Amino acid sequence: MTVIYLDNNATTKVDPAVIDAMLPYLSEYYGNPSSMHTFGGQVGKAIRDARSHIAQLLGAEESEIIFTSCGTESNNTAIRTALAAQPDRRHIITTQVEHPCVLNVCKQLEKQGYTVTYLSVDWQGQIDLLELEAAITGNTALVTTMYANNETGVVFPIEQIGAIAKAAGATFHVDAVQVAGKLPLSMKDSTIDLLTISGHKLHAPKGIGVLYVRRGFRFRAFLLGGHQERGRRAGTENVPGIIGLGKAAEIANFELKYMHRETRLRDRLEQGLLSRIADCEINGHPTQRLPNTTNIGFKYIEGEAILFSLNQYGICASSGSACTSGSLEPSHVLRAMGLPYTILHGSIRFSLSRFTTEAEVDRVLEVMPGIVNRLRELSPFTSDSAGWLQERDMTIAGAAT
Amino acid sequence: MWDYTEKVLDLFYNPKNQGAIAADNESGIAVVFGEVGSIACGDALRLHLKIEIAQDKILDARFQTFGCTSAIASSSALTELIKGLTLDEALKITNREIADYLGGLPEAKMHCSVMGQEALEAAIYKYRGIEVEHHEEEEGALVCRCFGISEPKIRRVIIENDLTTVEQVSNYIKAGGGCGSCLAGIEDLIQAIQAEKAATSARVNAELAIAQDYRPLTTLQKINLIQQVLTEEVRPVLLADGGDVELYDVKDDVVQVILKGACGSCSSSTTTLKIAIESRLKERVLPSLVVEAV
Repeated sequence: MTVIYLDNNATTKVDPAVIDAMLPYLSEYYGNPSSMHTFGGQVGKAIRDARSHIAQLLGAEESEIIFTSCGTESNNTAIRTALAAQPDRRHIITTQVEHPCVLNVCKQLEKQGYTVTYLSVDWQGQIDLLELEAAITGNTALVTTMYANNETGVVFPIEQIGAIAKAAGATFHVDAVQVAGKLPLSMKDSTIDLLTISGHKLHAPKGIGVLYVRRGFRFRAFLLGGHQERGRRAGTENVPGIIGLGKAAEIANFELKYMHRETRLRDRLEQGLLSRIADCEINGHPTQRLPNTTNIGFKYIEGEAILFSLNQYGICASSGSACTSGSLEPSHVLRAMGLPYTILHGSIRFSLSRFTTEAEVDRVLEVMPGIVNRLRELSPFTSDSAGWLQERDMTIAGAAT
Repeated sequence: MWDYTEKVLDLFYNPKNQGAIAADNESGIAVVFGEVGSIACGDALRLHLKIEIAQDKILDARFQTFGCTSAIASSSALTELIKGLTLDEALKITNREIADYLGGLPEAKMHCSVMGQEALEAAIYKYRGIEVEHHEEEEGALVCRCFGISEPKIRRVIIENDLTTVEQVSNYIKAGGGCGSCLAGIEDLIQAIQAEKAATSARVNAELAIAQDYRPLTTLQKINLIQQVLTEEVRPVLLADGGDVELYDVKDDVVQVILKGACGSCSSSTTTLKIAIESRLKERVLPSLVVEAV
């Protein structure tokens, strides 16, 4: 069975051109870029080229690019360095819908004496700038938010957030893992001080990430050791990963102008599902959204059961339901949006890539109504199921903290 | 991705006995349903039973389930397991048997099998006019507020499945899987139950060894031992279900007990008597014992 991969916000297929670019660095060019011989030196040259492509994708300078092992490392590093840069400030502002690699760092920092404000989001997943303005003080060391949410694709007003952060003298870090390669980025015209991206979300392999650090920022290294990355991130370079990400960035730069293709396919999928299936809703802002993501809540049925049904057809998606995570609680993002439980547990995210075809989208449209109908026939809940625990079930989930 | 067995996937993709049973007022037949869970919890099961009143027998069982793959498969498995059983026989079905029927469930999905067992009890208790919820609220404090789970329920699942960690308890009945503020309480409960169990078996074994090695039990020893087993092993299980038992008298090998609480009015009390009390006393005290209710 051929796989229809619509889970690109989880990870992406490595572009065949990326693999081709990497392969020599897994075989003949195994030199260490730090070595003082031509054999290692030519690897160093390849890394400089890769860095240049990434700088171009971010609209940044090459010296502002630090290679890391993943998005999580970049986010951890960014938060720690921002706090170290202004040690007298003890307040952090983030949002309730961040990735766990930001939320869990913030929770730990709270135990270490920092105060953290978790900005709420509205039912469309958007933050309120007035809440940010009210929360920020001269004690705020860092404002850290995602550029776009991984589950809903909702895009935050980054430059407006940055302007507020800058006015208060706080560092501004942005987790752009879901955005790089999907929306144009230009660090030189931005208020962003620190920005995270991850290779495997843009058709490079897993195990390579980037932290952009604005020139002049008082950076403190997270990993200490050798002088790699100009002493800002020790550890022998993941050469094949860096070369792969360089190639992926080069391709992404070129492909950005074709993003409307993905948007069209996403809309075809979304409108197709909404018109074919009753009692379902889009989760997230209708327009302030990534071009490739749709998150839809199918009422009265449970997401994991939908995923296993889709799996029968080779269709890969994901869900914010509790049973998917194994954590017993549904997605913290959808809960923060205050959606009813019937939407939370029945939410499915489809995330497309440039490899997605119209035929694949049409296949989903073909099988999805049958899947939803079958599960609804199994379910004791229906649109008119009055009585049974209805009041409690339909209530709105409490905001996550 | 969950590692489901073939049987789970088969019953998910091709479920048996889905749907409701319409009450058609056939004489001698009762139709009843039991419910557990809710949309808020992420899974819910409505189990429908068609009961032949004279024989107390399940003629048909059907399910409606809101939930994941394993919740749907567990519901279907339950209906297959109980069709044709008498209500007393059906009440003996444990969540473990549902899981076994499916060739096992992932640890984190064991709560799906517990949901099946609870819906079955809910349906049968409803048919018999026993109010389960009432007992729980009165007799047990709510431990897990996120999922609304009381202490007797947690005790029962720990005892019946011999659970030793908080994580297992969350996997089996979700308790502790939400905000996590009750984790310490569940931990204490597990320790208490494990301690009770260890103490009981140590003492009973010691006394059994004395009894078997030297001479037959004296009447006094026998009564003491029976009292002890009832207090430490039988009553905790009955209490978890809102029932209770008291030792009335012992005449030779006949143990007379008074069934109390839910057990007193429960029509499955014969089962309780034979399974929960007599077999336990036979095993722990004397194989020749017979238990009767007075």
